[in-house]
Amino acid sequence: MTVNEIHEKLKAEFGDAVGPLSEPKIDPFAVVKADRIVDVARFLKAAPGLELDHCNDLTGLDWPKRNVIEVVYHLFSYGHRHGIVLKVEADRANPVVPSVTGVWKAANWLERECYDMFGVVFAGHPDLRRVLLPDDWQGFPLRKDYQEHGGYHGITNERENPLVELRRLDEKHRAENPRPAPPPAAAAPPAPSTPPAPPAAKA
Amino acid sequence: MASRDTMDAGFGGDILMSHTSQLDKLINLARTNSLHYLLFGLACCGIELMQTGGPRADLDRFGAVFRASPRQSDFMIVAGTLTYKMAERCKLLYDQMAEPKYVISMGSCANCGGLFQLAYSVCKGVDKVIPVDVYVPGCPPRPEALTEGFLRLQELVSRERWKDKTRRVVPADAKISRIA
Repeated sequence: MTVNEIHEKLKAEFGDAVGPLSEPKIDPFAVVKADRIVDVARFLKAAPGLELDHCNDLTGLDWPKRNVIEVVYHLFSYGHRHGIVLKVEADRANPVVPSVTGVWKAANWLERECYDMFGVVFAGHPDLRRVLLPDDWQGFPLRKDYQEHGGYHGITNERENPLVELRRLDEKHRAENPRPAPPPAAAAPPAPSTPPAPPAAKA
Repeated sequence: MASRDTMDAGFGGDILMSHTSQLDKLINLARTNSLHYLLFGLACCGIELMQTGGPRADLDRFGAVFRASPRQSDFMIVAGTLTYKMAERCKLLYDQMAEPKYVISMGSCANCGGLFQLAYSVCKGVDKVIPVDVYVPGCPPRPEALTEGFLRLQELVSRERWKDKTRRVVPADAKISRIA
């Protein structure tokens, strides 16, 4: 079944909760209203011709100018080998989206990653906490306005250029441990001021 | 090695000139030829670490086998990118190793953060959390390069004196951090 047919079935079932399909490309997507995403997910997984049983990926997109964070669902069917991409738009100030972990178990960690990177809260998620970053990390890194905090738990994130650092340490060490003066030569041959004479047997 | 003749009597030069007694030589002979390392392969350098332990560039011929537990290892090869999340665990594992212990920092990421200078979650160098003895540059270092680093570590160990049992003296006012 092509993406267009899947989209037609979705539109027939849900009406205007599902937006139009995007322009034809490799992964055309349709925007779904946030409050209906769980019903759409259940329908897509259970409908006889569709059976999209695999959630390939679940990521986010930050659009500061449009003031939304989009959550993208890549869905695929192992039996029928077709798929579709859905997008849900969440308000950037307070992004809350219902969780689809009840439909696809794979969405558990994928939603945790989306929360970790974008701060999207998935309502109904059994265990929403950070998965990649440490648990007490401040901020959501993949947002466009993320600023680093200059380190973590006392470990700074600045590092001096190693060449500069090593030269500085070298000079400090040399200053502290001066090299001993070379012993005076007993019979130092005088340095020749003129270049040595050419060989006598020169033709 | 040619570089040793021209090596400055600065870094390590004073160690070069130290005198080891016969007993030290005997003890260090045993120690250098059985340095067991803690497997700490974090990223791509871990693959090269495995290959250095593999048949072609064999680390086992020097007596260095990997140990999975820090309690049983003499040194630690930090191979790969260290994130902040891992840096705390790395310090924990280093603290669990028994003295005398050493650290080889393998690859650019462990030396200085490597490729990921602008990353928010990468610790820019393992020497921000633990003291390092040998830095092996490369991305990843070839097995021969890691073997060279290991031989330098063997030289370092062979020059130690039994009376200086703890090489790193922790100052009295140091803040020891405890994790978990």
